[in-house]
Amino acid sequence: MNDSLDAAIQDGAVVGEFVTDPLLQLRKVNVSFSGRVAVRDVSFDVAPNKITALIGPSGSGKTTILRSLNRLHDLTKGAKVEGDLLLGGVDIYKGGIATMLLRSRIGMVFQRPNPFPTLSIYDNVVSGLRFNGIRKKSLLDEAAESALISAALWDSVSSRMKAHASTLSGGEQQRLCIARALAVEPEILLMDEPTSSLDPVSTQRIEELMTELKNRVTMIIVTHNMQQAARVSDNCAFLLMAEDRAGELIEFAPTSKIFHDPSDPRTVDYVNGRFG
Amino acid sequence: MSDLLNTLPPDPIYDRREKIRAITAKTLRRRTRLSQLFVGAISTTLVIALVPLVLVLYTIVQRGGSDLTLAFVTKLPQVPTIGQQNAIGGIGNAIVGTLIVAAMAAAMAIPLSLILGLYLVEMNTRLARIFRGGVEILSGIPSILLGVFAYIFIVIPQHHFSAFAASVALALLMTPVITKAVETAIRGVPDAVTEAGLALGARRSVVARRVVLPAARPGIITGTLLALARAMGETAPLLLIIGATDSSTWDLNPFHSMSALPTLTYFYSNSSFPSQHRAAWGVALVLVVLVLILNVTSRLISARLSRRAQA
Repeated sequence: MNDSLDAAIQDGAVVGEFVTDPLLQLRKVNVSFSGRVAVRDVSFDVAPNKITALIGPSGSGKTTILRSLNRLHDLTKGAKVEGDLLLGGVDIYKGGIATMLLRSRIGMVFQRPNPFPTLSIYDNVVSGLRFNGIRKKSLLDEAAESALISAALWDSVSSRMKAHASTLSGGEQQRLCIARALAVEPEILLMDEPTSSLDPVSTQRIEELMTELKNRVTMIIVTHNMQQAARVSDNCAFLLMAEDRAGELIEFAPTSKIFHDPSDPRTVDYVNGRFG
Repeated sequence: MSDLLNTLPPDPIYDRREKIRAITAKTLRRRTRLSQLFVGAISTTLVIALVPLVLVLYTIVQRGGSDLTLAFVTKLPQVPTIGQQNAIGGIGNAIVGTLIVAAMAAAMAIPLSLILGLYLVEMNTRLARIFRGGVEILSGIPSILLGVFAYIFIVIPQHHFSAFAASVALALLMTPVITKAVETAIRGVPDAVTEAGLALGARRSVVARRVVLPAARPGIITGTLLALARAMGETAPLLLIIGATDSSTWDLNPFHSMSALPTLTYFYSNSSFPSQHRAAWGVALVLVVLVLILNVTSRLISARLSRRAQA
């Protein structure tokens, strides 16, 4: 596992032109629910301004890992996250970062579009900023515009910002959710199968969007769609469920390596569609 | 390279990120305080709500706890005489009476409520709307009036008080509560599940019976037991129709008058014998324990059933 990471760093694929410190480091991360281990000993690095994809069959712990990154498991009774999860070198569980501040630095987009049903488009986009105590109108407007432009939604909604979010189509709603997450200016955006409930056209728009967003935010995406992982991601983590139903990391490497020259025979089988 | 980075104009996005971070961090303390304040307010309210409960329970246990002997819960009442003022016997027949009345009421109310609740969910007809309105009105009727109803239509034609009349009144009291619980529980079952059943070619009644009702079972059972617990402690209608204020026999014929815990508490606390005054606390304690058992059971059952449904 570490060998492939080192190799990746050496051929420059992990971080591009020059080697930068990883933004997020996972070291022997374990997640358990009421004693039942769901994710075991997962370690990998997330390079800044890259897209890292988590792939693997259902039950391999992809979403569990993703949700541990902005401490959503805190809300689940009996959930326990162990190991080191370092954001810029500071542990997000043990490093004394306030959970609220952490979540404003690591945003999340969910499987189904979930705009706040009673709020207008504008209020949805700036809701994160307002929750974080930002009142200044000029800053809200500026952030909303920038986020909506980045989410490729500005042209279609700029004239009807006061309309209800529910008047948008499914694909537009998901882009609104991306804009809502971006408006807080997070460093990392977690995306949990962001296109699984969308049609192919909306999916394509969101994939294009992700590539464009790379200069603005680092993304980690969970996807069941391997073509999607191959198309958008720079690095790929392949996970599988072990005998005892705990998810384990099989291989972590640059996406091109995972799809064309994987080291582990199980990865070969999976990316060639032989199981899962 | 670092020189180049420094000479570049500031990126508006990073600039804004800095600004947002600064405000977010600055307001964090205020937001955290506010959050703690709310949690404090909520906790205080909870404590205030619990004070009467704890006081009532404490008083009942303190004053009635010493009565709680095997003889007290199994024997028949003994009417105190001048010579034996402290002999009060037991309240066995009142306990059994309460259980019989509650069981009969449940036997009438549960099937009725299940059918009614299912009907209200499945049928969106004018009749269903009328029924829904009726159920809501029934739940608002003061319980003493249900007693009057049972008195007029059951006690007067039969010419005597009876446990059966009491159970009819209690069934009427329970029906709207259970119906509401059934309706809520059934509405909680996702439409997709119903549709899956229909898509297999099942009749609506079969889907309702085999798929929807089992899925709604935890909610139904909890609602039913809570309604039963509520009805067991109901006093007002019983005062009018169950009769047997001083019954001291094991007459278990449901069409005869019977003794029951809430009415016995009432009569003992109005008694002219100090020993019966004191025993009223014991009767109240037994009633509270019975109700508590029902409450706890309903919680355990619903917790277990919903756990099984998740697994």
